[in-house]
Amino acid sequence: MPFWIELLVSVFLVLGSVFALIGAIGLYRLPDFYTRLHGPTKATTLGVGGIVIASMIFFSSRNDGLSLHELLITLFLFITAPVSAHMLAKAAMQQKLPTVEQTHGKPWD
Amino acid sequence: MKARWLPHPALTLLLTLIWLLLNNTLSFAHLVLGLFLGWAIPLLVRGFLIEVPRVRKPLKLCLFMLKVFYDIVVANVHVAKLVLGPKSRLQPAFIVVPMEIENEFVLATLTSIVSLTPGTVSAGLSADHKLLILHALDAPDADEVAAGVKRNYEAPLLEIFECSRT
Repeated sequence: MPFWIELLVSVFLVLGSVFALIGAIGLYRLPDFYTRLHGPTKATTLGVGGIVIASMIFFSSRNDGLSLHELLITLFLFITAPVSAHMLAKAAMQQKLPTVEQTHGKPWD
Repeated sequence: MKARWLPHPALTLLLTLIWLLLNNTLSFAHLVLGLFLGWAIPLLVRGFLIEVPRVRKPLKLCLFMLKVFYDIVVANVHVAKLVLGPKSRLQPAFIVVPMEIENEFVLATLTSIVSLTPGTVSAGLSADHKLLILHALDAPDADEVAAGVKRNYEAPLLEIFECSRT
């Protein structure tokens, strides 16, 4: 495998991992339930995206033909992540979970 | 009139494409099998499918999708900065956005896009589908966020899909 492909694959792998890590840090660090939802729904989409692109480049360059089935992971993730986030937020609002004090506007009041 | 034996031609093509991608091949046998599945599955589940409105402007839809992908990347960088920055500076907010879209499919598309893009997660929909509740991670100006959602995502969707404006 030529050097520049190895380089490209590593760059995307590191990029993806960094975003996945940031998502996890967000889940740990942010103050309340609603803000914590933002970490996993966003940072992870790019995290998985980066790793998927790395995988596509790696397997396409290694053996015969393009490897595109990784695209499906992205597609299904983009369909399911917002739905689960929406359901979680809805359930949390139903339970009136506490928010941090600087939050503006509480729809259940 | 739509043919009864082929209720959703577009869905058939989409399912065939997904089948070929799943198998990572373009061989003739898989193409036939994919076409068969793409034909049989919509026929079996047609009672559960919701009506998808016609696309009026395909080119605009492609540009819109590219823009959404771009926004998703920007959203990730933006959220990453907020997550790693100081906690006390965050100004989370619940924002209520009045919706003009009536069609269920377009509404679901819009809420998904909102959840995937800068700093907002859709958190609820009023029973009459007129109000969308968002939670924003950092929104010093709630009205600006609501206006941004309407301008950047709702207006193009209304333009692209054939659906009534209230």
